[in-house]
Amino acid sequence: MRAFTTLDGLVAPLDRANVDTDAIIPKQFLKSIQRSGFGPNLFDEWRYLDRGEPGMDNSQRQLNPDFVLNQSRYADAQILLTRDNFGCGSSREHAPWALDDYGFRALIGPSFADIFFNNCFKNGVLPIRLPAEVVDRLFAACAATEGYRLKVDLAAQQVVEPDGTAHGFEVDAFRKECLLNGWDEIGLTLRHADEIRAFEAHRKAEHPYYFR
Amino acid sequence: MQQAQTLYEKLWSSHVVREDADGTALIYIDRHLVHEVTSPQAFEGLKLAGRKPWRVGSIVATADHNTPTDHWEEGIKDPISRQQVETLDANIREVGSLAYFPFKDERQGIVHVIGPENGATLPGMTVVCGDSHTSTHGAFACLAHGIGTSEVEHVLATQCLVQKKSKTLLIKVEGELAPGVTAKDVVLAIIGRIGTAGGTGYAMEFGGSAIRGLSMEGRMTICNMAIEAGARAGLIAVDDNTIDYLKGRPYAPSGEEWDRAVAYWRTLTSDDGAVYDKIVEMDAAAIRPQVTWGTSPEMVSDINGAVPDPAAEKDPVKREGMTRALAYMGLEAGTPIKRIAVDRVFIGSCTNSRIEDLRAAAEVAKGRQKSDSVKQVLVVPGSGLVKRQAEAEGLDKVFVAAGFEWREPGCSMCLAMNADRLEPGERCASTSNRNFEGRQGAGGRTHLVSPALAAAAAIAGHFADVAELN
Ligand code: SF4
Repeated sequence: MRAFTTLDGLVAPLDRANVDTDAIIPKQFLKSIQRSGFGPNLFDEWRYLDRGEPGMDNSQRQLNPDFVLNQSRYADAQILLTRDNFGCGSSREHAPWALDDYGFRALIGPSFADIFFNNCFKNGVLPIRLPAEVVDRLFAACAATEGYRLKVDLAAQQVVEPDGTAHGFEVDAFRKECLLNGWDEIGLTLRHADEIRAFEAHRKAEHPYYFR
Repeated sequence: MQQAQTLYEKLWSSHVVREDADGTALIYIDRHLVHEVTSPQAFEGLKLAGRKPWRVGSIVATADHNTPTDHWEEGIKDPISRQQVETLDANIREVGSLAYFPFKDERQGIVHVIGPENGATLPGMTVVCGDSHTSTHGAFACLAHGIGTSEVEHVLATQCLVQKKSKTLLIKVEGELAPGVTAKDVVLAIIGRIGTAGGTGYAMEFGGSAIRGLSMEGRMTICNMAIEAGARAGLIAVDDNTIDYLKGRPYAPSGEEWDRAVAYWRTLTSDDGAVYDKIVEMDAAAIRPQVTWGTSPEMVSDINGAVPDPAAEKDPVKREGMTRALAYMGLEAGTPIKRIAVDRVFIGSCTNSRIEDLRAAAEVAKGRQKSDSVKQVLVVPGSGLVKRQAEAEGLDKVFVAAGFEWREPGCSMCLAMNADRLEPGERCASTSNRNFEGRQGAGGRTHLVSPALAAAAAIAGHFADVAELN
């Protein structure tokens, strides 16, 4: 996995609550058996005026001028500001894959849906929970200032505004380590293979009917 | 004496392989359900890393999301869908499994329907699947939740998940349900009350006399939608209904093993005096049939209500969300729910495609006719076994006589990955679980309801109380 340490990135605002993973990457693109290539179809239904299908030449499609990410000031944004319950709905990991493929490295919002939150960490994308008032402020600042950037420092667990105001955030210690080092979680777990085997043998003896 | 424990705590502690000081734990996984959409990248990752699956006997797989629901003799026409289903075939052929129900198999069906009906979902298990509605299986007192594709690969490789313990939430529904009120109405009412993020971070147990009074089918409907309230896992304690349902199922234990299993399963309830982080109480008798009006399951009203007015909402983010939802849904504030006309009706999905659901819909359809204003009524059984059972009871004939279409099993118009979908602007009464923008087809408008209400809408052409149909 790609490591995440620090980021100094352009911020784009997506001012809607309950953005679900269907909206992040619509179902027709889930037919792919690849992990990459989802970026051009991120937020497909909002981003384009026509209906997207796999295999289309997305560069030829007409963009929806009203969709925020289509504004030139947000091109190349790496940080997405979000509202409550971002990433709700389907467990599809295609959602963080699409965000990552588009170029987002960090997400900042008041809350995220559980499965999505978890999936982000597995893909080097950092979801950051900040209090709703702080998120409100960042939305306002982002709207007011073209080229608005934020710094994210995972080791220090801080989001820093251009004027130096820093906001601390919580992150699970294990996930933080994995992300900082770009560790492969499966490899880490397999270091405990003996313990897993012992647990399994014990469980099988006690509950053989789970092991048919 | 041991401290009183919740059901969640019992399930959690019986699966901890190891736990770090900060609470990060490795949890052992008993059952791994696999379908074609979220598994190909996991199998590929496994192969690229040169790893082998840890225990293929934990795997139960089926193809459901992409498969067509008619003209099976023609195979899967969409080449990309076909490739995905064939990739699953190849992966399972290569690694093996306890059971595989491929496209066209007589036991094929929606992954959350086939697990329980084959006895592959058993009380006391941990069950995972790369699908958020895995919460369904919690109806059997399993710790069951959806995972992403990286975790699918992690479970394949290690038989474990890295997890932290959740908080516990009890939703207690006491009293008796009014006639015509179903499990679907109960769970929609719960989501309406606590909101779509009300269960985030919690394992959500459903209890109380109204829940105990539900069949296993009804309990699966409830746990299915725990995720729509933000909870990864839903849970219901073991009782006679649980045991009776499982007896004799192909992958359930038998003989002496059965007795031993049942003795253990009987302990899978929350102890008296167990402490929850949060408790929400609901009065069963007050719940009416529910219809969603917006683009999130919490945007729900009872059938006698009206579309709410965003202007009355104080929270600006919510107000904005409501305004956007009404614009998308093409609805005016104040419109009575019963005046909303539908273009199509979908009866199916892992929420409501089991035999009991089909019986409820057939009871309404019997001797009646689909309204001319309704373009299509799709009835899609949850599995091949459900389909056969329904046909043995003559339900298919009832549906066809009423002008409904009787289809082959699969996810179908729940998420419209196959050919079953809404056209832009079309309105649908649907027994599925998500009314998000575009869920049933780009621009489609979804209203979530119970099977009985869906059938009633098909007959009346608009939402209607079953009792008011002539
Ligand atoms: S029926 Fe719908 S919700 Fe259930 S597994 Fe299939 S697509 Fe998902």
